Amino acid sequence: MSKFAKKTKASQDIPTAALPDIIFMLLFFFMVTTVLRETDILVKQTLPRATQLSKLEKKSLVSHIYIGKPKKTNLYGSEPRIQVNDVLIEPKDIVLWVQQEKDKLEEVERDAITISLKIDEEAKMGIISDVQQQLREANARKIMYATPERIDETAGG
Amino acid sequence: MARSSLKGKNEINAGSMADIAFLLLIFFLVTTTFPNDRGILFTLPPKPDPNQPPPDITKNDRNIFKILVNSNDQLLVEDEPLTDVFLIKDMVKEFVLNNGRNPNLSDNPEEAVVSFKTDRGSSYEIFIDILDQLDAAYNEMYGERVGITGEEFRELRNTVNKTPEQRNQYDKARGIETPGGKVTFPKNISIAEPSKVGG
Repeated sequence: MSKFAKKTKASQDIPTAALPDIIFMLLFFFMVTTVLRETDILVKQTLPRATQLSKLEKKSLVSHIYIGKPKKTNLYGSEPRIQVNDVLIEPKDIVLWVQQEKDKLEEVERDAITISLKIDEEAKMGIISDVQQQLREANARKIMYATPERIDETAGG
Repeated sequence: MARSSLKGKNEINAGSMADIAFLLLIFFLVTTTFPNDRGILFTLPPKPDPNQPPPDITKNDRNIFKILVNSNDQLLVEDEPLTDVFLIKDMVKEFVLNNGRNPNLSDNPEEAVVSFKTDRGSSYEIFIDILDQLDAAYNEMYGERVGITGEEFRELRNTVNKTPEQRNQYDKARGIETPGGKVTFPKNISIAEPSKVGG
């Protein structure tokens, strides 16, 4: 019985002194990894999934084009549109945009520019082909169809 | 008066520190988007030179594997309708690795070309599905040539700083015998410009 009594006297508090440290550690992790989005995406973006992916190494060489149905259909209509930076543009404006993007890079890297195409899965090939023709015109021939990895088994890698 | 206050506790109350940190943590948790810069790499052909007529195509019909997609996302593969996109991978492998056995399929891998044409009304989804299948077929064939799986070959391809052994293996898989030499197992995927409406 005496043993029993001793046990109950033991302190039952969980030490929480280290809690702030743990939280700070998590906080720093998220602060470091966070990339604040610099552009507001105006078009719908449900990317199709694929299995045979490559990874882009030099992120400074990448410029993004977004294609999809506008989110604000009453303002921009329901047909898929092209977005670069913060604005919706027409296919013919792409050449100029590519030149501007190339000007941001170092002279030696200009031909290595990679265009990442983020295209909604419901978009049609017509508009995509128009964009690609313009990219050929602008001599930005390295492109990447941005696709997350397919998780289910149907594709069989 | 001043004395008595000095005698009191001089510690800063750190009890709410965790709460403040939590608040910040939740803010960053919500705003974080992990960038996924991954996808299918592709190089567009150079723009046609207006002074030069397009080259004549003198390819034997058997060496071209034709994939057509119409505006309703229906497939026509080697002139026959196909419903399941995911069968294309094995069909392409059989076509490329035929080496002249079947008179309807390719002469050899060097000659084999996969021609892929969509319609302006086809969806992007099916385009990516097929492109992915073609990529998978070639990755598996390359892998088999050096005794690794397609998945391992893809990893090898994505390695940026390859060791000399890795570079050797990579070149061997793609049929490059001498560095900078001719590719005897090229990945010939031709994506034609989409046809106008209909088809």
